[in-house]
Amino acid sequence: MIRFENVSKVYTRGARPALDQVSVDVERGEFVFLVGASGSGKSTFLSLVLREQRPTRGRVYVAGRDVANLSAWRVPTLRRQLGVVFQDFRLLQNKTVHENVAFALQVIGKPRHVIRDTVPEVLDMVGLAGKGKRMPTELSGGEQQRAAIARAIVNRPQILLADEPTGNLDPTTSLGIMRLLDRINRTGTTVVMATHDDEIVNEMRRRVVELSDGVVVRDEARGGYGEREAILPDVGASPVLDAPGSGTRAPVQTVRGG
Amino acid sequence: MRFQFVLGEVLSGLRRNTTMVVAVVLVTFVSLTFVGAAALLQAQIGKLKDDWYDLVEVSVFLCPQGSVSPTCATGEATQPQIDAVRQIIDTELSSEVSKVYFESKAQAFDAFSERYPDGYQGTQLTEKDMQASLRLKLSDAEQFAVVSDVLSGRDGVEIVEDQRAVFEPLFRTLNVATLLAAGLAGVMLLAAVLLITTTIRLSAVSRRKETEIMRLVGASNLFIQLPFLLEGALAAVLGSLLAGGGLWLAVRFMVSDWLERSVDWVAYVSEVDVLRVAPLLVIMAVALAALASFFTLNRYTRI
Repeated sequence: MIRFENVSKVYTRGARPALDQVSVDVERGEFVFLVGASGSGKSTFLSLVLREQRPTRGRVYVAGRDVANLSAWRVPTLRRQLGVVFQDFRLLQNKTVHENVAFALQVIGKPRHVIRDTVPEVLDMVGLAGKGKRMPTELSGGEQQRAAIARAIVNRPQILLADEPTGNLDPTTSLGIMRLLDRINRTGTTVVMATHDDEIVNEMRRRVVELSDGVVVRDEARGGYGEREAILPDVGASPVLDAPGSGTRAPVQTVRGG
Repeated sequence: MRFQFVLGEVLSGLRRNTTMVVAVVLVTFVSLTFVGAAALLQAQIGKLKDDWYDLVEVSVFLCPQGSVSPTCATGEATQPQIDAVRQIIDTELSSEVSKVYFESKAQAFDAFSERYPDGYQGTQLTEKDMQASLRLKLSDAEQFAVVSDVLSGRDGVEIVEDQRAVFEPLFRTLNVATLLAAGLAGVMLLAAVLLITTTIRLSAVSRRKETEIMRLVGASNLFIQLPFLLEGALAAVLGSLLAGGGLWLAVRFMVSDWLERSVDWVAYVSEVDVLRVAPLLVIMAVALAALASFFTLNRYTRI
C-alpha cells in the first residue's frame, strides 16, 4: 500500500538528511506506528506519502502510484485516497461539525445527496451522532478529534495518516480515539500513525517503525514503544541536570562532617 | 452543487474583504473611465473627420495679378497654364482626385459676398480682388501630400492648400487629451492590478485554513483557485460596469443634452458609442483580474 524504496529527503543542501535511505513496506490493511523523537523524520515520512514533498532520492509508491513522479494535476486524485488527521484537529472554526465533514466532500465535487447520506453516517460511526450542529468550539478535545477523523474518512480513503492524533488529548480520551482508529483499521483501511505516546504503542502491540535521525532503527511486527531514557536519570545530587542523552554522571559531591 | 458551493465561497470571500473589494471596484472604475474617455475622444475625432473631411477640399489657388510667388512670374494664370494643370490632375493624379471643378473669380466673389454680405472687416472687395482656384475633392483625404507635391511649383499655381489644416489644432488638442486620459488610465490600471493582487493575497491568507484542508482532501487546483479568481474578476467587472455607466451618464447629460444643444453644427459621440466601448471595458477588467490572479495564485494556493 505504501512503499518506500531507499528514500532520502534533504531539505537544505549539505544539511543532515531528514530521511536517509529509508525502505519501508506497509501492506494493505496494516496498522503501523511511526515512532521516534522530534526531528527523527516522522513528519517528513507522512508528507512524502501525501506528496507535500518529493523525495530527494529513492521512490515512494502509494496505492500503486509512483508518487515522486506524479504530475501536479494528478496529486488531487492521490489525496482523495488518503485521509489525514493532525494533532491540532484543523477544523474550520466557522463551520459546524456537519459542515466541516461535508466540506471535504463538497470540495471534491460530490453530489449533494451523497453528502446528505454519508455525513451523518460517518458522524455516527465516530461517535458524534446528534452533534453535527455543534460548532468546534462547543466540543471537547476528544470530540474535535473525532470530527477531524470523520472528515478524514468520509471519502472512504484506503489509507489514513495520523500525525500524533492523541498529542493534545488526555490519556482516557486518547484511548477512545485509539479504539476508533482501530475500528477504522478493521474495516480494511491502512493506518499509519506517528506518535510519541508510548503507553498507546505498548498497549496496542502493532507494527512499530522507529526512526532516529532519519534512519529506520527498528521495524517490529508487534512492537512496543522502545526504551526511553528515564526522566530523572540517576545522576546524584547534581546542581544542574544535563541535557537528556548526554548521560554523563556528575561527580558526586560528598560533604564530610567536620 | 459545485457551482453553488463556489458561489458561496466567492460571496463569503467578498464579504470578508469588503474594504479591499470596494477599493478594487473604485480603482477599476476610475481607471476604466479614463480608458473609456480616451476611446470616446478618439471616436469623437473620427466622427469629426468623417463629417468635416467630406466638406473640405484641396484648393489649388491660381496665380492672381501681382503675386510675388516665383511660379507666378508671368502674371495672372493664363488659360493654357490652367489647362496644363487640369491635364496633370486628370492623368497623373487620376487615382487620388475624384472630382475637380474650377472656381472662377466671379464664383469666388459670389461665395464671398454670400458669406460676408456687409463686406469683410470694413473693406468692400470687388470681383477683381478675388482669386480663381481649382477645387479638388480627393478620393482619400490622406493623399494630400501627394497631390501637393505634384501640383506645387507648376506655372500658374500660386499655392496648394489643404483646408483640413484648419482643423489640425482642434484635432491636436483632442489627441493630446486622449493621450492624457490614456496615460492616467495606464497609471490607474497599474494601481488596479496591484490592488487586485493584494486583495487576492489577503483573501488567500484569510482562507489559508480552508485551502489547506481542500488541498489535503484532494480538491483540484482549479476548484481551490476558482473562488479567488472569481472574486477578483467580479470586483473588476463591477468596476468596469460602473465605468460604462459613468461614461453613459456623462455622454447623455454633458454631450447629448447640453453640448449638442448649445453647439449644434458638430457631430458628437452618442450613447451608442458608449455601448460600443463598454464591452471592451468589461473585457479589459476581466483581463486585468486574470493577469493579477495569474501572478498571485500560484504563489499562495500551491498544491
